[in-house]
Amino acid sequence: MTIRADLTLTRAAHCTRADLTLPGRGVTALFGPSGAGKTTILRMLAGLERGAGSLHVNGECWQDDARRVFLPAHRRALGYVFQEASLFPHLDVRANLLFGYRRIPDQQRRIAPEAAIELLGIRPLLARAPAQLSGGERQRVAIARALLTSPQLLLLDEPLSALDARRKDEVLPWLERLNSELDMPVVYVTHSIDEVCRLADHLVLLEAGQVAASGPLADTLARLDLPAAFELEASAVLEGCVTAVDSQYQLATLRFAGGELKVAAGELQSGQTRRVRIHARDVSLARSEARDCSIVNRIPATVTAIRPASQPGQVLVQLDAGGSLLLARITRLSLDILQLAAGQQVWAQIKSVALL
Amino acid sequence: MLSPDDWSAIRLTVELASVTTLLLLAIGIPLAWWLARSRSWLARITAALVTMPLVLPPTVIGFYLLIAFGANGPFGQLTQVLGLGLLPFTFAGLVIASILYSLPFAIQPLQQAFRAIGPRPLEVAATLRASPLDTFVHVVLPLARPGLITAAVMSFAHTVGEFGVVLMIGGNIPQETRVISVQIYDHVEALEYAQAHWLSAGMLVFSFAVLLALNLLNRREAAA
Repeated sequence: MTIRADLTLTRAAHCTRADLTLPGRGVTALFGPSGAGKTTILRMLAGLERGAGSLHVNGECWQDDARRVFLPAHRRALGYVFQEASLFPHLDVRANLLFGYRRIPDQQRRIAPEAAIELLGIRPLLARAPAQLSGGERQRVAIARALLTSPQLLLLDEPLSALDARRKDEVLPWLERLNSELDMPVVYVTHSIDEVCRLADHLVLLEAGQVAASGPLADTLARLDLPAAFELEASAVLEGCVTAVDSQYQLATLRFAGGELKVAAGELQSGQTRRVRIHARDVSLARSEARDCSIVNRIPATVTAIRPASQPGQVLVQLDAGGSLLLARITRLSLDILQLAAGQQVWAQIKSVALL
Repeated sequence: MLSPDDWSAIRLTVELASVTTLLLLAIGIPLAWWLARSRSWLARITAALVTMPLVLPPTVIGFYLLIAFGANGPFGQLTQVLGLGLLPFTFAGLVIASILYSLPFAIQPLQQAFRAIGPRPLEVAATLRASPLDTFVHVVLPLARPGLITAAVMSFAHTVGEFGVVLMIGGNIPQETRVISVQIYDHVEALEYAQAHWLSAGMLVFSFAVLLALNLLNRREAAA
């Protein structure tokens, strides 16, 4: 179960090259700055743009120039959600939803209209016209419409970028649900690192039309050899289980592979699985455990690698905490004072944890 | 009031305009779609040719059609070989002339409507498994509806209002080519001003009503 793409598109001065092997399940995020070629790659996968090369999706050949194979977009079993609202204005929500559903043979239908309507919470909208929907509602309908073609690959092109923060929060939980309830590979284009950390399992970093890195989310974000453009985002993403909620101090305990973290309790409940992101700049290092310190999250870890940061006078230190990768950004001065080197035991002191 | 001859001219005019409009839509929809999407030189040249009736005197078009479809013209020889006889001074000849003369009035609103749709709905339809023809019928045509209505109404009204081309290629044959505009001309020539008034005023009211209706219709579509 993999998606294997080797596609190149040259337009005027821009060349976009997607040489990628992606897992055939879970969410892959294509992340990078504007103009990095994220949308172009998605359009080549969909067949909306014709690159040169080949594309195989879970064993099916969608394009192979050597064998003169090119399936046009309408013959590829994919779902595509565009950046802006793309509902047909002459059809109501129900007719929009069924547009693709009606066009696939019975035996290929794996998702029923009822299931998609339920999954995205759009039942009250069915009789409305697209013009009567909010931006968030429109995107939810567009996602359900794409799902109803029972795609073997779901392509999402910044589906949240046209929405304000409140509408984003309205759609994000549905995307998470989609991921956990349907076994369908998703390729998700975004320029928001928060969306990446929250949704993705696999991360592809793009820079100037080239793949800068590709791999499992946590490993890739915590890599030390990323191009400078991504260094500011250097961080660790940990997934953990809520084991306790302390109502007196309003803190919840999150257990992950390398230890425990205390996070703001908020509305967390015991037993939930949540992701957290720990920014490299929020992690400081100590040679011994500082018990007389206001920082509650102190985790023992081993230094695995050290690299100068692009900012002069700073270094990035990669740590292994019981199998989970952490990153710390410290000064060169601290590095020399602590005499840190690979293989050493340290305490990572985490000033802030962002719950995703 | 109106004489039997007047009524026969009215009936003939409505018949001519209806046939012309139907054929113009059948030809104009694919042609306008091609013109709206193609960037080739051929498309640009065709676009210019199609627009020419807007700027040429109708007599010029009528004159060349008369020659082309005449006994020695290339099309005239073709129609004779096909056993259709000669088309000038027949109803069929008038239909062909009307189609050419009203072509820009059908093509331009269609082309504009197709252009306004943009590429996105076509891409969306493709990702929802619709073939290009399926997309054209179920997405493009419904979205271009205001343009289709404008094209049909303008083709009909413009055909009702033509005179020069009719006179050149149709002549003045009762029940065959004598349309309202020619009938009015005859009345005026014969100094039958009362008769001319009835028909002329009728044309005025008709044109105004059509344009007003079109205007209201387009405004309602835009609001929806």
